[in-house]
Amino acid sequence: MSSTASTILSLVLFVTYIGIGALAHDTHFSLAWALLGTALVWAGPAQIILITTLASGAGILQSAIAVTMSAIRLFPMVVAVLPMMRADGTKRRHLVLIAHFTAVTLWVECYRFLPLVPRKRRVAFVHGLGCGLLGIGLCATVIGYLLAANLTQTFASAILLLTPLAFLFSTARNSRELADVLALVLGLAFYPLASLLNSGLDILVSGVGAGTIAFLVHKWREQS
Amino acid sequence: MSDFIGDWHALVVLLLAGVIPNQIWRMLGLWLGAGLDEGSDLLMWVKAVATAILAGVIAQILVQPPGALASIPAALRYGAVAAGCAAFVLTRRSIFAGVVCGEIVMLAGKWWLG
Repeated sequence: MSSTASTILSLVLFVTYIGIGALAHDTHFSLAWALLGTALVWAGPAQIILITTLASGAGILQSAIAVTMSAIRLFPMVVAVLPMMRADGTKRRHLVLIAHFTAVTLWVECYRFLPLVPRKRRVAFVHGLGCGLLGIGLCATVIGYLLAANLTQTFASAILLLTPLAFLFSTARNSRELADVLALVLGLAFYPLASLLNSGLDILVSGVGAGTIAFLVHKWREQS
Repeated sequence: MSDFIGDWHALVVLLLAGVIPNQIWRMLGLWLGAGLDEGSDLLMWVKAVATAILAGVIAQILVQPPGALASIPAALRYGAVAAGCAAFVLTRRSIFAGVVCGEIVMLAGKWWLG
């Protein structure tokens, strides 16, 4: 639990979920809806996309497609995170809750903390970390929801801007290898290009394109 | 209490449009990721794609901003992020400095524009 408290990302998480709570209030969702969203979806971008698409009158199917597009990134995240804590005798059912907790904050923190934790204790450690982070998210959702009535538009936009800033710098901080940096920079640059195609799969197109180029450049440099 | 829960229809929509489309990918990762080696090429590729997709979400929020953020002019949104990046680099990768600097530039710009 102390590792949850000591990370600056938990502060960022806190403020992001204040933004999500506020957004849910402004778009007339109930507090229970916002809390269930935080507990069961547990992914900032997906929740922001879900709330904004539903509020703008999109159908369930359109919202679901937008959410699932943003959630594709969770697949490789889970694939990358789980091997770090698998020890002899770890069963798949021991990892279900960890898969659920996996989001950008946990992903980044696993790279930071797990090398310091003995492999046999990692499953327990990550359950504690995940519960701590989820608790922070739930508290912040309530606070944001209740604050929303008093937020001016400028303050609300400042809170919404926190999400991209926090995600950008926390990912950049953990990009040690060229492949990571390239994937981040190309991913940012490709999205506006891909959105011109207006395919509805913008994020998928730009992400797979930028990620593949970053990976290929990394392989090419490794060989030469 | 009914204010707290709201209508049940919205909760069903949350499940169908939010929870299921989101969790599918985590459970697929759990199911398919079991046999993968930590240092394998496939995992490196998948990690690069994950990073690039997150970068796409960041770009999407800035280019097509949700809710109140749309009230901030595009140039000011990009300027604030650029200022945050500069602070992040100058402070040798301080997330805090980058976020605070970006926010200050946006708030100051918004205040100045009125």
